[in-house]
Amino acid sequence: MGWLPTSPKARRRLWVVAAVAPVLALAVGLSLWAMRGSVTYFFSPSEVTEAAAPAGRNIRLGGLVVAGSVHKSADGVVAFVVTDNAAETRVVYRGDLPDLFREGQGIVAEGAFDESRTFRARQVLAKHDETYMPREVADRLKAQGEWRPEAGA
Amino acid sequence: MTVEVGAYLLALALALAAAQTALSAAARGRLSPVLAGAANGAAIGCSLAILAAFGVLIHAFVGSDFSVANVAANSHTDKPMLYKVAGAWGSHEGSLLLWCLVMAVFGAALARARGLPFRLKTTAVATQGALTSLFLAFAVFTSNPFARLDSPPVQGSGLNPLLQDPALALHPPLLYGGYVGFSVCFSLAVAALVEGRAGTPFWPAWGRWVRPWALASWALLTVGIALGSFWAYYELGWGGWWFWDPVENASFLPWLAGAALLHSAVVTERRGALAGWTVFLALLAFSFSMLGAFLVRSGVLTSVHAFAVDPERGTMLLAILGLTAGAAFALYAWRAPQMKGGGLFAPISREAALVVNNLFLTAAAATVLLGTLYPLILEAASGATISVGPPYFNAVFTPLMAVALLVLPAGPLLAWKRGDAVGAVQRLWVAALLALGAGGLALALFQPRKALAAAGVAMGAWLICGAAAEVAERIRLFRAPMGESVRRARGLPLAAWGMALAHAGLGVFVLGAVVETGFKVETARALAVGQSLQAGAYVARLDDVRIVEGPNYLAERATLTVTAAGGHAARTVTAERRFFPVGGQTTTEVGLDFRGLDDVYLTLGERRSEDGAPAWTVRMHFNPWARLIFLGPALMALGGLLSLLDRRLRLGAGARRRAP
Repeated sequence: MGWLPTSPKARRRLWVVAAVAPVLALAVGLSLWAMRGSVTYFFSPSEVTEAAAPAGRNIRLGGLVVAGSVHKSADGVVAFVVTDNAAETRVVYRGDLPDLFREGQGIVAEGAFDESRTFRARQVLAKHDETYMPREVADRLKAQGEWRPEAGA
Repeated sequence: MTVEVGAYLLALALALAAAQTALSAAARGRLSPVLAGAANGAAIGCSLAILAAFGVLIHAFVGSDFSVANVAANSHTDKPMLYKVAGAWGSHEGSLLLWCLVMAVFGAALARARGLPFRLKTTAVATQGALTSLFLAFAVFTSNPFARLDSPPVQGSGLNPLLQDPALALHPPLLYGGYVGFSVCFSLAVAALVEGRAGTPFWPAWGRWVRPWALASWALLTVGIALGSFWAYYELGWGGWWFWDPVENASFLPWLAGAALLHSAVVTERRGALAGWTVFLALLAFSFSMLGAFLVRSGVLTSVHAFAVDPERGTMLLAILGLTAGAAFALYAWRAPQMKGGGLFAPISREAALVVNNLFLTAAAATVLLGTLYPLILEAASGATISVGPPYFNAVFTPLMAVALLVLPAGPLLAWKRGDAVGAVQRLWVAALLALGAGGLALALFQPRKALAAAGVAMGAWLICGAAAEVAERIRLFRAPMGESVRRARGLPLAAWGMALAHAGLGVFVLGAVVETGFKVETARALAVGQSLQAGAYVARLDDVRIVEGPNYLAERATLTVTAAGGHAARTVTAERRFFPVGGQTTTEVGLDFRGLDDVYLTLGERRSEDGAPAWTVRMHFNPWARLIFLGPALMALGGLLSLLDRRLRLGAGARRRAP
């Protein structure tokens, strides 16, 4: 292999580059590819327009659960309304709600809209701590002047 | 009164840590053993002072002294004793004190370490003292756990009920043992950058000094992460054990860097090569620990595990991270080019295999870091709020690791400097056949569409058989007479057993993770008493639901009978929904039925009325081989412990003395 450099040090460096380059390329390529498909955007109810969150696209929806809106049917489907005090979105979820889910509480729901603009949640997150508010929800509420920490919401 | 003593002890510890830094630096400058002795004394005194302060805090928790803000916010008289004690590290202030305690104890152990050259040791002790001072100052000035309240409440607000769990009571001390243990590697790396001279036998010796600390920290971190994962598995009641949540990633990053450090330190120790890279990893591991602390406590990332979040203190932690990591990496950039590489090695050799290991581990760490921080970067750049979920990590991390695991068993069979690839393949063909057989069996037994899971089974079997093949090769099993093999097995160093056990443990974990993910079954139904539901090969019947009263909660307790599909092997399992009046929080107590390696996992949902009769939503998971997911890390940590006990690793014990 006459094209290899003759100095042992340069040879070793070449080997290292030859080993590192494909792994780095693999890691970067995989990251870019996966990042495109699996990043989930966060919206509050007043932002989830048809254009921003078309039916079927996976998003996170955050807001406060409207008091009195939680309706549990016998087949295990829960319907409730999430608000940022400017707009409201209807959410349907099948499964157990987290222990900390309560009316008036800030939650984040992950899922997608269906054709009738009902949000079908696959997962509902409420936090470990009863005073904790998802940061995105808090930020949006602050931005809209609806932040009332003393009310716990 | 004792609380004031605690506050005083904390301030004293800060003064001692500062004295440790100054004295040790002065000892280095004047080459004075007397000053060095004083610095070591200050390090030990500092750890004792924090230990005593921690005792005072536990005393305040046990005695429910609600005049202390920290106790009032995190304790309650009705709480069981274990959680009163554990409450001491359940809050931001208390866990920061624990962090400082672990750091000072490791610092004291470093100060007592023998066999290190004077200049290296004094510089390392000074660095460790500076780190401890920074974190203690953070505790004393912004997060004093002993702060008093002007008007103490009659009753405390109670510890978050989710934290009231034996696994989580133990999880922080172990996790911090790992996180903070890397600070010693960091200090030794800084000292090596200051004191290291090219062209001396310094680097192999340094590799030997840094490895026990890296091993101990990594083993503790492994157990800590596994415990945290086990807690999430049975306490959150979601049926999962790893969510790629930012807080989990924060603990996983130092683990990956630490695993890379362990392996590259071997190369530095044996061959003097990769010294610059090992130093870099030592700096990186603790920087990741500090980054993790920042991410967890500042609340900049939305996590399902966020506790004790405080953005202002997060900023302070970011400043500490920027200061220490910034200074250390600047020093690295300045000094590293002067470090000449050590021994040469061929592309097929033990060194090269370890380089490949490091390459994949750091590439994996980089992708996890990117996925964890990407929401922050994007929000700063464009204002859009996003989250990066498990699909990203599964798509990126899993293939990278799969390639790394594929080559793993060959590494230990290659010789140093120049290995024999053909020989390694010859020794591994039995293991490869067994692994392929296991994968084929999995493919045949289960539906063919589970091809990926079957490939994972083959991978796990490959790792376990590969580790066994390596040991068999070393003791010449079946090639020499049995007596000879036994004699060789006895003579095999503990480190070799440790390595084989850790690699096999990784295989066990892979088997568990793959089988659990690929073949788990989940069902949910509203059940009235007497009705049953099925998941996998098991049937659960709801026998009874009653209200029970715990020490600080009320619970609906469901009694279920779990039987195998044929109706035999009946076992009684209880699952609860607990309501904690303090804080008004509900938690789920999962009913776990351990069936060999499998778990039958039952959670009790809300009570509903169905046609007038009460019914409860019961969710049932059948998690095959879930036990292996937690057994694997335990074996890995045990392997680390065995390596640590190896005589050759003990500082100054029988090792060749080499003065730098």
